[in-house]
Amino acid sequence: MEFKKKNILDINSLSASEIEFILDTADSMKEINERPVKKVPALRGKTIVLFFQEPSTRTKLSFELAAKRLSADSVSLAASSSSMKKGETLLDTARTIEAMKPDILVMRHSMSGAPHFLSKFLKCSILNAGDGRHAHPSQALLDMMTIREKKKTLTGLNIAIIGDISNSRVARSNMRGLVKLGNNVKVFGPPSMIPFKIEEEFKVSVSRSMEEALSDADAVIMLRIQKERQGANLFSTDREYSRFFGLNRENLKNAKKDVLVMHPGPVNRGVEITPELADSEISVINEQVSNGVALRMALFYLVSGGSKNENSD
Amino acid sequence: MRILIKNGTCLVFGKGEQKTNIYIEDKIIKEISSEEKDADKVIDASGMYVFPGLIDVHVHLREPGQEYKETIESGAKAAAKGGFTDICCMPNTNPVNDSPSITAFIKDKALKAGFSNVHPIASLTKGLKGEEICDYGELKQAGAIALSDDGRPVTDSGVMRRAVEYAKAFELPVICHSEELSLSGKGVMNEGIVSTRLGLTGIPDSAESLGVKRDIEVGSLVDYSVHIAHVSAKKTIEIIRNAKKSGTKVTAETAPHYFTLTEDAIDLFDTYAKMNPPLRTESDRLAIIEALKDNTIDIIATDHAPHSDEEKIVPFEEAAFGITGLETSLALSLNLVFSGILSMEELAEKMSINPGKVIGINNSLFEGNQANITIVNPDFEWIVTREGFVSKSKNSPFIGKKLKGICEYTIKNGDIIWRRQN
Repeated sequence: MEFKKKNILDINSLSASEIEFILDTADSMKEINERPVKKVPALRGKTIVLFFQEPSTRTKLSFELAAKRLSADSVSLAASSSSMKKGETLLDTARTIEAMKPDILVMRHSMSGAPHFLSKFLKCSILNAGDGRHAHPSQALLDMMTIREKKKTLTGLNIAIIGDISNSRVARSNMRGLVKLGNNVKVFGPPSMIPFKIEEEFKVSVSRSMEEALSDADAVIMLRIQKERQGANLFSTDREYSRFFGLNRENLKNAKKDVLVMHPGPVNRGVEITPELADSEISVINEQVSNGVALRMALFYLVSGGSKNENSD
Repeated sequence: MRILIKNGTCLVFGKGEQKTNIYIEDKIIKEISSEEKDADKVIDASGMYVFPGLIDVHVHLREPGQEYKETIESGAKAAAKGGFTDICCMPNTNPVNDSPSITAFIKDKALKAGFSNVHPIASLTKGLKGEEICDYGELKQAGAIALSDDGRPVTDSGVMRRAVEYAKAFELPVICHSEELSLSGKGVMNEGIVSTRLGLTGIPDSAESLGVKRDIEVGSLVDYSVHIAHVSAKKTIEIIRNAKKSGTKVTAETAPHYFTLTEDAIDLFDTYAKMNPPLRTESDRLAIIEALKDNTIDIIATDHAPHSDEEKIVPFEEAAFGITGLETSLALSLNLVFSGILSMEELAEKMSINPGKVIGINNSLFEGNQANITIVNPDFEWIVTREGFVSKSKNSPFIGKKLKGICEYTIKNGDIIWRRQN
């Protein structure tokens, strides 16, 4: 298969076979990360700019390592140190970056649609590393990669996504991808965190209790309570939230025995998930992080036209 | 100048569509008859409709303060091109039009521009702050035709009550931007399936309907007819319809985008489709059309809101609310006639007669009336382009769309202020 996408802006614009192809490519990248010398020359001479307008630790580090392991030159630019602080518009900043001829721009932005907006003007590839509440395609892809790796399949599974769906770009991208590949997705959270017409739009079902959401689940994706993104009064207190909407040993009994517990991080320990569960053997939170590097290597490789010259290296 | 408009289909006051000639002399409609009077200028209106001069009760000109978006002159010219002999401009300029001097400034500028008549709407409260009412009497003397805090509601119902009561003393119409701000919050589009898809904060329809309910209540409390601006939601229509049925005096307007587009126009992140109130769903759109038909909605207004590229070519959440409307309104509204929803005569009511009643201007076609006339070519097809706008701003979701029907001539007080060039 030849991968023709120039940008990865959301999951919606990827077909099921493109998603699977990305995951296959990521699987093959994984081995590189286990070598003593973790570097291949695939993207030698390519320049990758990481433009993060919002704070990020793991996503940024993951993209950065992925770039370096493919021998690309990567530089990162934080909004706090950029001229956006001086009032420059997003488009002007992006055009300035582009004038220095990067091949790929990885961007994170607090506003939904910001990468789509820039993609209309820039010639370089754009990888969306999270935009507002809209999409976080690389996170969803690494989640799918992790589920597929553990379950040996990525179709017909029961997957629960629990928490602040309204404010979550991770949830949106995961719902889109998992449903596209034929999984049953249930979502649960307080109604203040479940967006309007979600069933119709994402073809998921909304559960009425933690037990219902978790019943027969193959995997459960817990979402972070995004305190920084929160309007007032979406829920009462952390304490009550953890009791009724948090994951614990007891309610997890409703799930399948070999259920995977996932979390995109960073975890609010004791709020959406008990610390004990987060650290337990059924938690694949660290595998998610490891897979993230391989998955992002795959994305860099594919948008650079890697699939067109398989044997050139 | 003496003008003879001949062979047109004229929407004559009280008589409906008439194949007749209209003769203008000394700024006055002198004669409506089949006679071919001798004139300095003869307009052959064969195949065209002769409308009473169109009136837009809801326009934002950006002068004073934001002349880079629109000036009184560029806006009045866009109005003339769009077929409007009269437009009313909202007070949310900088400074706000809350004083007789600003009102007089706008009148003066418009007079010098020479295009459409511009009638300033003064603010209900000082600085649009929703706290203290303005000097309505003096504003009226300076030329204010109505009052509104458009752009935001008067959130305090007590202040709103006093404002409407005081407006009554001077018989100034009150135009309500009805919105419950605590429900619309930081929303940037309709709360619905598209906002869920795109991860954008929604503005629920209830933010509008609750605001409208409040304003109708206030009007009824003080026994004064308020005018509800830019109706976008089905829920709102039901409230207005019930109020009218129960005998409450109220009038309402909608804008062409609300009966033409839905929230789908925003996908993927099209800032030209961002306005407040937001584009809603297909069921809302159909309800608006129904409401135009059964006169729940009396008026089509544009809510012409010019913005420069700097405010629109930005990420969606940052983009300003509003679209340019004066130059596309007529064609979009004619579409209601072409699709059998309104007759030409009913369209003239929505775009000239009814808005005129609200603000106290009568452009009806009858002998002896001021010659404010719009001549419409219903068959002309054209494509909306950025370059085609005479407004300073190009923020239209209709760019690239093919429209049918255009204004050929706009005549104000017997002067031709717009003639379409081929």
